[in-house]
Amino acid sequence: MSAVPDRVHATLRVNGEDQQVSFAPYKTLLEVLREDLNLTGTKHGCELGECGACAVLVDGEPLLSCLELAVQCEGRDIQTIEGLAKGTELHPLQAAFADHGGSQCGYCTSGMVMTAKALLDKEPAPSRERIREALAGNLCRCTGYQQIWESVESAAKALREGKR
Amino acid sequence: MHAFNYHRPSNVNDAAALAAKSADSKLLAGGQSLVQAMKLRLAAPTDIVDLGMVKDLAGIKSDGKTVTIGAMTRHAEVTGSAEVKKAIPALAVLAGMIGDRQVRNMGTLGGSLANSDPAADYPAAVLGLGATITTTKGTHAADKFFKGLYETALRPGEIITSVSFPIPKRAGYMKFKNQASRFAIVGVFVADMGNGVRVAVTGAGPCVLRLAEMEKALGAKFAPESVAGLKVKSDGLNSDLHASAEYRAHLITVMAKRAVEAAMK
Repeated sequence: MSAVPDRVHATLRVNGEDQQVSFAPYKTLLEVLREDLNLTGTKHGCELGECGACAVLVDGEPLLSCLELAVQCEGRDIQTIEGLAKGTELHPLQAAFADHGGSQCGYCTSGMVMTAKALLDKEPAPSRERIREALAGNLCRCTGYQQIWESVESAAKALREGKR
Repeated sequence: MHAFNYHRPSNVNDAAALAAKSADSKLLAGGQSLVQAMKLRLAAPTDIVDLGMVKDLAGIKSDGKTVTIGAMTRHAEVTGSAEVKKAIPALAVLAGMIGDRQVRNMGTLGGSLANSDPAADYPAAVLGLGATITTTKGTHAADKFFKGLYETALRPGEIITSVSFPIPKRAGYMKFKNQASRFAIVGVFVADMGNGVRVAVTGAGPCVLRLAEMEKALGAKFAPESVAGLKVKSDGLNSDLHASAEYRAHLITVMAKRAVEAAMK
């Protein structure tokens, strides 16, 4: 319960690997992921918890890495977009977003994909309505929502058919 | 964000001691409002006391008369709780309407109440059900807890530990939301407690408020038509780019009617 000085030395478990990181306690998880761990797939969007571009999974649940202090994530399981592909083989969600035009400028994509992954991990066959509700916190300024929903439906089908 | 000292106590007494030590400390619950405020430099605490590791602050218990929810219980947990759905379905529905999935995974009941955002959802349930707020220094009745814009009866260093909601005969919550933030432009919680009806409105005024006239009308007859004809005065209601005070006054009647309909389902 002692005060933490200038820098925190913490072990963050990111994409299944423990990483020793040293960072200032006021840094958000987003900043530590991008600046200290060089995982730049997660994006800075509104910075205020409105757009969902920074969504990552912590203990399997999507949350906004821009509103979470990195120090709060010590000992928790963090998953980012970088952890999805296996070598050169894309995760079905990534493949579906590419195949169905679910990604236009790409800025919202990692947040969309991670939030969709959390949904499909729990619900293998969600309705369109459930997908829309699950992605309600992720904004796409290209307004490509239709293709995004179709991508998630297609990925859900691929996952059900055992592709991964 | 400005730099701060970070503290991570493991129990609520240490948390209270740490919070009391610095004049400019803030308690960090889910962080969905506080971290945002810190980034905007609206808040610049010297010390952050993170309640995330204080385990005995989270959890849901029901004893048939009341549902007690720990202050650090996340919205996602409340909306998914079988116990809450069974005892007070309207409360589970309300928790599921807060923000989006990401926010619900982090935001907490205690954080929402301590912050007392004028457009927050939880205050409507707390006042609508006449809940009791338990803190490290005692208890607060909902009727005496909300004092004004972002202002509550909490004293410095006082920490909300849990909230006990009496189980109503029936209850409903309906809100007209801001489409982008999903904050309530107007939200109305209606509860038939068996010995009387309570109506609490969020989003419309500086903080959550009760409507005696509607409570009386619904007490005489619990039906949508009892409130459908009641006009609410716009004096003192919020007016901003989302809705004028007059529009909010109109929405209160509409949402109250729909909340009663929801309660009767």
